[in-house]
Amino acid sequence: MSENRIKIVEKVMNANDRIASQNRQRFDASNTYSINLMASPGAGKTSFILATIHALIDQGVQIGVIEGDTAPVTIDSDKIAAAGMPAIQVNTGGQCHLDAPMIEGALDQLPLDEIDLLVVENVGNLICPAAFELGTHSKIVIASIPEGDDKPYKYPNIYRGLDVLIINKIDLLPYIDFDMDYFRQGVEILNPGLVTFPVSCKTGEGIQDWLTWLTKRLPVKK
Amino acid sequence: MHELSVTESVLEIACKHAEKAQAKKVTDIYLVIGRLSSIVDDSVSFYWEMISKNTVCEDAKLHFKRIPAKLLCLQCSHEYILDDELTPCPNCGSARVKVISGNEFNLDSIEIQR
Repeated sequence: MSENRIKIVEKVMNANDRIASQNRQRFDASNTYSINLMASPGAGKTSFILATIHALIDQGVQIGVIEGDTAPVTIDSDKIAAAGMPAIQVNTGGQCHLDAPMIEGALDQLPLDEIDLLVVENVGNLICPAAFELGTHSKIVIASIPEGDDKPYKYPNIYRGLDVLIINKIDLLPYIDFDMDYFRQGVEILNPGLVTFPVSCKTGEGIQDWLTWLTKRLPVKK
Repeated sequence: MHELSVTESVLEIACKHAEKAQAKKVTDIYLVIGRLSSIVDDSVSFYWEMISKNTVCEDAKLHFKRIPAKLLCLQCSHEYILDDELTPCPNCGSARVKVISGNEFNLDSIEIQR
């Protein structure tokens, strides 16, 4: 190596990851369970959050939501606010994903101490969000039946490092050629033994199993 | 298109180290990218040209070194290199596999002029 060659060996994602771990410390300090929710556009991220809010609201669980969108719209955060929960809309300015500094900025605007569950609704995209740690306790992907059964094979990165997989719109299974075995085999290679909940946000089927998993992780009443 | 964000990170790290070494100019940048990292070389190069202008890294050449993904079968402990498509263990056929390497995305080194 010439004397003008400088060895560095630094992870390119270091700056993001540092802030992600600061975000995690804030979640832990306020005793807030946090989720990074990822999916393609139209998979049902907002419907899934609303189904979760409606199921837990009577138990007094406080849920905060950070909504990521590439365009300056408040369609999703308005729906969350209408359900009676605090929502912060983050406009990524065209960027295809949320990163840790964007979450840091949003956290400053939320009453984190009062929030038991924080859901980050990532930008609808199966590629870029997979590359950015946000600092949340768990990463969840929603796959939906109409998207097709080949998605784990085409977008492998988002399935690796996941904690939970939601398969949404299972009420459409009779109408769509979706080979569940093929889909699940693809997932199994990427993430052996991944916790999976097939649900329908429309009919409510399967939602109870998801809630059972979730409520075990929520903090004891503040 | 998250390459813009990661290219900004590359520039930031390279400039930081160039300044520390009191470099007049950075001529070469060596990146190491795992096969499973979803980074597109051409896209990084495209943004690089735009964002490195008027910095100590202007005109620096980017070198991409790809390293293969290595998988470990959790069933029979066989290690194998990943081909183009995700495949179950070629030895026993199990789909219970673990990634050993291939996720890397590092700025390995830079070449400078003082």
